[in-house]
Amino acid sequence: MLLIPCPYCGPRPESEFSYGGEAHIARPADPSALDDAAWAEFLYLRRNPKGPHAERWRHTHGCARFFNAVRDTRTDKILATYRTGEPKPETSK
Amino acid sequence: MTGAFRLATGGRIDRARPLRFRFDGNEYNGCAGDTLASALIANGVHLMGRSFKYHRPRGLLSTGSDEPNALVGVGRDEGHYTPNLRAGQIELYDGLVAESQNRYPRLDFDLGAVNDLFSPLIPAGFYYKTFMWPAGAWKRFYEPKIRAMAGLGRAPRGPDADRYVQRFVHCDVLVVGAGPAGLMAARAAAASGARVVLCDEQPEFGGSLLSDREASINGMPAAQWVDQSIAETASAGRVTLLPRTTAFGYFTHNLVALAERVTDHLAAPDPYLPRERLWHVRAREVVLATGATERPLVFPDNDRPGIMLAGATRTLVNRYGVKPGARAVVFTANDHGYGAALDLVRAGIDVASIADLRPTADGTLPEAARRAGLTVRTSSTIVGTTGRLRVDSALIAAIGPDGKTGPAQTVTCDHIAMSGGFTPAVHLFSQSKGRLRFDPALQAYVPGVSAERERSAGAARGIYGLAAVLADGWAQGESACLDAGLRGSPKRPQLNIRERDTGTDTWLGATPHNRNPIFVKAFVDFQNDVTAKDVKLAVREGFESIEHVKRYTTSGMATDQGKTSNMNTLGIVSAALGKTIPEVGHTTFRMPYTPVTFGALAGMSRGALFDPVRTTPVQPWAEAEGAVFEDVGLWKRARYFPRQGEDMHQAVARECKAVRAGVGIFDASTLGKIEVVGPDAAEFMNRMYVNTWTKLEPGRTRYGVMLREDGFVMDDGVVGRLAPDRFHVTTTTGGAPRVLAMMEDYLQTEWPDLRVWLTSTTEEWGVIALQGPNARKVIEPLVEGIDLDSGAMPHMSVRAGRICGVPTRLFRVSFTGELGFEVNVGADHAPAVWEAIFAAGARFGITPYGTETMHVLRAEKGYIIVGQETDGTATPDDVGLGWAVGKTKRDFVGKRSLARAAMGRPDRKQLVGLLTEDPRTVLEEGAQIVADPGQKPPMTIIGHVTSSYFSPTLGRSIALAMVAGGRGRMGDTLHVPMPGRTIPVSVTNPVFFDPEGKRLDG
Repeated sequence: MLLIPCPYCGPRPESEFSYGGEAHIARPADPSALDDAAWAEFLYLRRNPKGPHAERWRHTHGCARFFNAVRDTRTDKILATYRTGEPKPETSK
Repeated sequence: MTGAFRLATGGRIDRARPLRFRFDGNEYNGCAGDTLASALIANGVHLMGRSFKYHRPRGLLSTGSDEPNALVGVGRDEGHYTPNLRAGQIELYDGLVAESQNRYPRLDFDLGAVNDLFSPLIPAGFYYKTFMWPAGAWKRFYEPKIRAMAGLGRAPRGPDADRYVQRFVHCDVLVVGAGPAGLMAARAAAASGARVVLCDEQPEFGGSLLSDREASINGMPAAQWVDQSIAETASAGRVTLLPRTTAFGYFTHNLVALAERVTDHLAAPDPYLPRERLWHVRAREVVLATGATERPLVFPDNDRPGIMLAGATRTLVNRYGVKPGARAVVFTANDHGYGAALDLVRAGIDVASIADLRPTADGTLPEAARRAGLTVRTSSTIVGTTGRLRVDSALIAAIGPDGKTGPAQTVTCDHIAMSGGFTPAVHLFSQSKGRLRFDPALQAYVPGVSAERERSAGAARGIYGLAAVLADGWAQGESACLDAGLRGSPKRPQLNIRERDTGTDTWLGATPHNRNPIFVKAFVDFQNDVTAKDVKLAVREGFESIEHVKRYTTSGMATDQGKTSNMNTLGIVSAALGKTIPEVGHTTFRMPYTPVTFGALAGMSRGALFDPVRTTPVQPWAEAEGAVFEDVGLWKRARYFPRQGEDMHQAVARECKAVRAGVGIFDASTLGKIEVVGPDAAEFMNRMYVNTWTKLEPGRTRYGVMLREDGFVMDDGVVGRLAPDRFHVTTTTGGAPRVLAMMEDYLQTEWPDLRVWLTSTTEEWGVIALQGPNARKVIEPLVEGIDLDSGAMPHMSVRAGRICGVPTRLFRVSFTGELGFEVNVGADHAPAVWEAIFAAGARFGITPYGTETMHVLRAEKGYIIVGQETDGTATPDDVGLGWAVGKTKRDFVGKRSLARAAMGRPDRKQLVGLLTEDPRTVLEEGAQIVADPGQKPPMTIIGHVTSSYFSPTLGRSIALAMVAGGRGRMGDTLHVPMPGRTIPVSVTNPVFFDPEGKRLDG
């Protein structure tokens, strides 16, 4: 079970959180301006990288806030967590 | 006297405290400090089990958690029965009752042993090869027979009478294993001020030192130093010592699961104590001081009772004061075997011969053995043993320079101590996803690259020799503290150690012999009855991957996970393939290290505490009225209120008629409720729901439909606007958390600029629904400050006022098609208000109804239930809700997806009604629908039944269905194929009753 440092509450066990998928995918300001392919890409296509992955988490059973984490998908190491809206921090690995 | 084979002195047992116990119905005596195994052997009982496949007689192999043979069931009754416990780890208490397993009718006379005679016919992969034909026979015949013949213990026949608890702790340093390395690591960590947890699976700390008579530390016996060391560690103050506690699982981010056996060793446990505690330990740093397990030697007939690991021999003699036999043979590939021989001699046991596989043996221990006058045969091996229920002789032969064995000499003995060297216990390291490294000098895998914040210490990483182990333990404990960000430990205490070096010689794989291989069984995996021959056969049949060999032969797949067998299997595969061990690789260790009880894993989560139960404020009233309840998510909901002699159908028919003809009362408190508040609340609602909210006047309500971004219906519910900046949103009973989570997601991450606040109010409000023509008349006298007249308060409106003197949000809303109100009051007031309304309704024949009636009434009206009519692939238009979509809105969640061409195809499944030809036939929900009943399977499915009931109002069955292009099929006859018959149905409008909606005004 992961130990996730919530940027608002500090380290808490994974069971307090919900996973929210890949981070930094903004909903288009005007979806009607997108063709089907572009909309499908926003809706369905994700990177699924092997290595550092910026992803959304919500501290559901805590502060209930969404935030972002960079997690290495090979090792499950959490390299950084940061607040929604902040840029993805540089991580060493 | 506690057994004829008990030594007069020595050991860590208390001869003054005798204990009685029973094994297979026979009564024996042991003493305090004994294990079941040591007490049985003290009584001369070596036969403790039957093997898994061949039912061969088996005795103790090891005194530790690697024991594969001596597995027994323990418990005075079925509520306290635990199967498959290792006899060498069961602490004896007065009155203990144990039984052997996998034998019929008796342990010493087992009919299943006939398998042993047929063993040439039962090679590896036997099941896969043999039970192929006829196809159906596996399930009906072969599998039940094999299951009855093969196996371990039986499950208890009653519910577990014990209590189990779980604890969650954080610490700086967790030390697993309290042998010499672990004790020193914990001492170093404690001295630096760390919060330390030290656990060990044994009842006493000390590990190998408890069985060691040779070693001394600072001039005192090793065991005495152990006590001093523990006292010093404990005095540091921030230390938790956990004996009888097995670290069985290593999880991500240094979460280690420990199973603590609290009362299993007690004759009369305190009833307030749990049987076991499951510790969830989150450690900053972990020290794995798990020691090493001894390797058996794989020689013909190496499984007879009386043959055991040299370490077990030493433990029996030195720790438990027990003679494992009267005349012993030692078979060894290292100096450790000589230590056992010397311990036996000191205990007065005749050592007939020491057979050493090595060409030379000139360490200090072999020299001591020779000085003691023992017969030492180097370049020697055992090529067979005899004895039915206990070994009675060993056949010893010399190994020539060509590797072939010479003629064998029979040596009479009733005990054989064997040692093939040691294998570091890397299980937890491996579970933590650390990468193993093969050490050619040790012929063993040792921890290589760590994945978690841990380090191994002592024998667990291949460091042997007491002085080196103690030094390494201290060093790893100190490094753990530094890595945890604590200050370093003080200087390591000076230790003056006296020990005899046992070296690191080992043997891997089968030992040589000159016998006919067809009739020889040299066991590699004792618990799963896998022989060297089976492993070689697997390689001959083309299995080259060690993972495939493991699964084909089942070697290492028993409950001991191959603790004593994995390395020997590797050795045999490596020799057969002509590859090195690292080329062959290794199998994967998985949790649990040793079996864990279901009770410990479940903890308090059983019975009523298994899952939380949500109850409404009206539930006690409904219970008192005799309601039948159903589970809806975590809620208990009243399903119907049967009167004397009524079944569900009769009760539902009565309830339905009462609502349509008079008035019914229904507990709708489980409805999800979210308060949406803020200057931008209307804009937020516009974006979240398909409907338009801007123009909704305060005091009016609207049926809202919410989509996911992919355009499919996610939830629905009536939404009331209480003020320009305040919405009372209701959701489906099960959908409330989902809806709030999605709202929060958009609000926090997409539109953080909106000034909106969301609050879950599901449990703040009790909701009392009054439905039926007399609904208004019932509540009118109770309501203050609200004009209930239809002109003042039309259908789909909401008012704030008072009812029975308490504040209410009163909704005029209907899920039945009748005039209806939903009275929202504070949950604490709900029971009183419910009872007042019920009393006021008495003169109108007010009838409580449950969810079943609610379903029938709404189906008569064609109202959908999200999750019943919809399945995550339905658009609003598919379920007849296209009218709700705000066509002029620029955007809302899901709008862009609805614009995809596929979402508008005319052949999408659409909501329709179905009427069976025979009005008494009620279709099954989920049944498939076809157009052509004559088509051969596989038939073309064009839809499915989503809701189906007998409608008391209409006096016939009705059904809702999703049918491809359904709205274009009105009046068509379709077919529902069922087992034995096909039911014709005609397609109709889904609104079966009052299609004009006249009854909404009462």
